[in-house]
Amino acid sequence: MVNLLQQTILFTVPLILVALAGVFAERSGIINLALEGIMIIGAFGGVLFIRGMQNAGFPRELGQLLLILGLIVTAIVGALFSLLLSFSAIKMKADQTIGGTALNLLAPAIALFIINVVFLDSRLTINGDAPSWFMLGRGDLESLGFIGDILFRKFYITTYIGIAIYVILSVILYKTKFGLRLRACGEHPQAADSVGINVYKMRYIGTTISGALAGMGGYIYSVTTANAVADGSVAGFGFLALAVMIFGNWKPLNIAIAGTVFGLFKCLSAVSAQIPFLNNLGISTYFYNMLPYIITLVILAFTSKKSMAPKAEGIPYDKGQR
Amino acid sequence: MKNPFKKKLALPSLSSDRTKTIASSLVSIGMGIVFGCLLLFLIACFDQFISDYQDIPVGQSFKGMLVIILGVFSSAIGGGISTAYLIGDMLFRATPLIMTGLSAALAYKTGLFNIGAPGQYLMGTVTSISVALTLGMNGVNGFISWIVAFLAAIIAGALWGCIPGLFKAFFNVNEVITSIMTNWIAANFVTWFFSTMKQFQNTLTVNKTGYTITTGTYGVATPKLFLNFDGSYANGGILIAILLAVGVYVLLNKTTFGFELKACGSNKNAAKYAGMSAKRNIVLSMALAGGLSAVGAALYYLQGDIEYSWTNAYMSLPQVGFNGIPVALLANCNPIGTIFAALFMAYLNISGSQLRILTFYDSEYISNIIIAVIVYLSAFSVFFKSVINGEHKLFSFAKSKDGENDGAKNFIKRFADKISSLKKNKNTVAADKQSDSAEKECVKEDNNG
Repeated sequence: MVNLLQQTILFTVPLILVALAGVFAERSGIINLALEGIMIIGAFGGVLFIRGMQNAGFPRELGQLLLILGLIVTAIVGALFSLLLSFSAIKMKADQTIGGTALNLLAPAIALFIINVVFLDSRLTINGDAPSWFMLGRGDLESLGFIGDILFRKFYITTYIGIAIYVILSVILYKTKFGLRLRACGEHPQAADSVGINVYKMRYIGTTISGALAGMGGYIYSVTTANAVADGSVAGFGFLALAVMIFGNWKPLNIAIAGTVFGLFKCLSAVSAQIPFLNNLGISTYFYNMLPYIITLVILAFTSKKSMAPKAEGIPYDKGQR
Repeated sequence: MKNPFKKKLALPSLSSDRTKTIASSLVSIGMGIVFGCLLLFLIACFDQFISDYQDIPVGQSFKGMLVIILGVFSSAIGGGISTAYLIGDMLFRATPLIMTGLSAALAYKTGLFNIGAPGQYLMGTVTSISVALTLGMNGVNGFISWIVAFLAAIIAGALWGCIPGLFKAFFNVNEVITSIMTNWIAANFVTWFFSTMKQFQNTLTVNKTGYTITTGTYGVATPKLFLNFDGSYANGGILIAILLAVGVYVLLNKTTFGFELKACGSNKNAAKYAGMSAKRNIVLSMALAGGLSAVGAALYYLQGDIEYSWTNAYMSLPQVGFNGIPVALLANCNPIGTIFAALFMAYLNISGSQLRILTFYDSEYISNIIIAVIVYLSAFSVFFKSVINGEHKLFSFAKSKDGENDGAKNFIKRFADKISSLKKNKNTVAADKQSDSAEKECVKEDNNG
């Protein structure tokens, strides 16, 4: 049980972080379909960075520092990659769905091409394995109680940094002047413009934050749940995050709840073979994999009338239009 | 009001809209290839700083560029696989691309963005393989099995495509979101299905796990007809794909039904006002798009010798499905154009695999990179057209003085004029440098203005 809940947290944190990435972009009026691609680039950049630092002789004792440095690097990488999307969507007023699709095609292709050509391999790994470098609370600790065991035994610091970032950015989006302005640009950009807000700038900021978050999400995903392996894929996690975002109705608190539910399912599919009770039910792991998507579809069907999707998302802002 | 006959009477000229569309597609293609070549060069320059494993000589990058451009003809510089075989391979790879391209194009023409092609393609895959194998095992004639498997795949794809259509029509949910969901449901379903259905797994070949039996084992294979091409996989499937492309063209442009579909796409409310059922048309066009994608899968896997690897299918969606989108975009959603766009994509794919064989670059993903860049740039077609027209503000000085806007033809001439006038100004500044400072200030201002 402890193990299951721990796993759920590991799956949930990158999921909600990337879903929040989607919120920042869509609230500013840009549909970010490229979440999956940005995650892939983030995971690739992070593993490449860690590997490079390891080869340069970074001491193992400072593993936590390396992990956090990697987080910063991947945030920058993700933000830079997302500039491709914002440039096409804001400056060129191109179709955002096509731009996002293009980045989703580009990211795995570039990652795999470099891994193949430069490292002569089909996947990029760090030296040694991720737990031995970065996992905390691995020793024989005495029991910390049920909650304590879940939270502080065999954990990664990035999980909690991720949660902190999630909370801080959610507060910024909902409780500050900047957040209000950003959301205005996704609801009614003309109105926002009429009171002197620079819609283009706000959309650039929203998408860039989105890219940074998705990059970090990809990195956290690859380090904590995929043993720091980059192989040009995050197994549809970016699209799952999109589902979480819609399921959570573009609101941080709902997304956190939805993300936990989805993380649980994702986790069930990963561990169901090891838990006797679930194994005896005889439900295929692939069914657990499908479940989040099916639930999202059903929820969409029932709630589409009440959907709180930002009204101006996907529409390029044109100053001359009314 | 516009004169409806004007368009018909006007002779096709350089400045016609169609020419500009093709030109902007060519610009995207050119820039994509240039980007790919640049990447090869950069990697050759910097690879030794990233890893100790490989140091590609810069000379190899030029060979690589040549291979990318030569594509199916690249065996001319490196030997290996014969050109005829590569051309056959290109035709075979183009077959499913034509179908997914048609799927995306048809949906786009009717106002929908079908990103669900990978899922529909997967449903076509699983249906065509399992039906063909089941019938084949039970001793049904190969030809009949082929037909039944083909039709079953169409039905499966159409039903799968219906789902986003129904959600759009009855719940007003964006089809992009539902398509993404159905894609991943299909991906998990495929792995689930083949992992349970032991009779379709190839357990006879040693060291091969996770592959299905080829349909050719039971005599279900697309006839090769006259398309031999040095023993490549090319077969009659490409002809079926071309026929279907023509069929979609006729459907969209020459029938009432096609007109209704397009009308609902361009203005749902106007179509409703004219007495068309918008809901029915949305569902039908998604079903058609789904069926077309599934045909792509059927034509690919019913070739007879293709094994399907299902073990990792739940982790990644088939690239062919997504590549339908660039095919449709490059073809400007013209069904006939998709044939050529798909052939071009297949050509690029061959370039990628040839790069792997002929040079030190051990990867075929360069073609995916180029395709991705082309998709990215193809979204700028409006911008490219405006540049060709000389309308864009970046190139506003390209307008002639009397305000007439006569396109790219005189662009270079005007550019030269502008430069020479700038030079003149510079000379004036230089000459005035000797004169007093107040005057100099004046000229500077003039120059800036």
